[in-house]
Amino acid sequence: MSGWTGMVPMEGFEAPGVESFDFPPLFPGVPGLEWFNRYMLQALVAFGLVAVFWLVMARKNAMVPSKGQFVGEAAYSFIRNTLGRDMIGHDFRKYLPLLIALFSFILVNNLWGVFPLTLLPTASHVGWAYGLTALVWVLYNAIGIRKFGFGGYLRHATVPPGVPTWMYPLIIPLEFLSNILVRPLTLSLRLFANMFAGHLLVLVFVLGGEYLLLESEPIVNKVAGVFSLIFSMAIFGLEIFVQILQAYIFTVLTAQYISSATAEEH
Amino acid sequence: MTPLELTGSLGIVGYGLGAIGPGIGVGLIFAAVIEGTARQPEARGAMLSTAFIGFALTEALAIIGIALAFVFG
Repeated sequence: MSGWTGMVPMEGFEAPGVESFDFPPLFPGVPGLEWFNRYMLQALVAFGLVAVFWLVMARKNAMVPSKGQFVGEAAYSFIRNTLGRDMIGHDFRKYLPLLIALFSFILVNNLWGVFPLTLLPTASHVGWAYGLTALVWVLYNAIGIRKFGFGGYLRHATVPPGVPTWMYPLIIPLEFLSNILVRPLTLSLRLFANMFAGHLLVLVFVLGGEYLLLESEPIVNKVAGVFSLIFSMAIFGLEIFVQILQAYIFTVLTAQYISSATAEEH
Repeated sequence: MTPLELTGSLGIVGYGLGAIGPGIGVGLIFAAVIEGTARQPEARGAMLSTAFIGFALTEALAIIGIALAFVFG
């Protein structure tokens, strides 16, 4: 009975938590660069990659496309058709650069979470999600205000057509809350929480499996550690899927909000 | 310990309660996809794209729950 010890508390195991996401500045001695930590470096590299990719894509227009051009054209036409043309309508070309840039930037930033050298999704720091959402929120409100005027836009956003007048005191605060206040919250928190929770899940399985396998004595724990490490690879695959999906969802919702801010009355 | 006293992480209990709704919601979405595919197999692609959008929107609430459970202790 030497291997079985029942429920053993795990001394010496530091469970991953919010502290696992604190990263110090990369150059601690340099006085002007306190803001330059891992997140900022990843975001800057992502910006460079995305900019170079789309610039190169815009130049090389061979009639018979090479593989790189095919991938770029497939991504571009997917965003253009499914999101731009079908969701926004007939003047979608003004908003197409925004959608392409948002999708590419968020996709690369999310995929840093599974890239072997970084293994940290940038949006797991909430400021990145807030920043992108602030841009989208200011934009779709400004687009609506430019089209309908300030009062007209508020009326368009808070009063759905065909509502009887006695329901206005109920409908207007509810729609205002839902369209103008809650949308940026859920948009940012959805991206942040998916990246945060996914990264935390991978950390739990990998760190827990490593602790169980290497640093705890009972044989039951070691076997459980092996299973935990194997299962962490399945979680890793799930993370790849969730990251690509969340980048797409952010872009889809941006297109949806722009579309509903500029929709004509029937 | 007084009776009916909750100790430990209240955030995780909150997350558990908050994951009931999205769990049912995601189940409903994919139940509709399965039934629609059974009725009309050609519409499977379009249905699946909409299903994934709906899945991400519903799952957001549960994911916000687990993230805030860590943030608020």
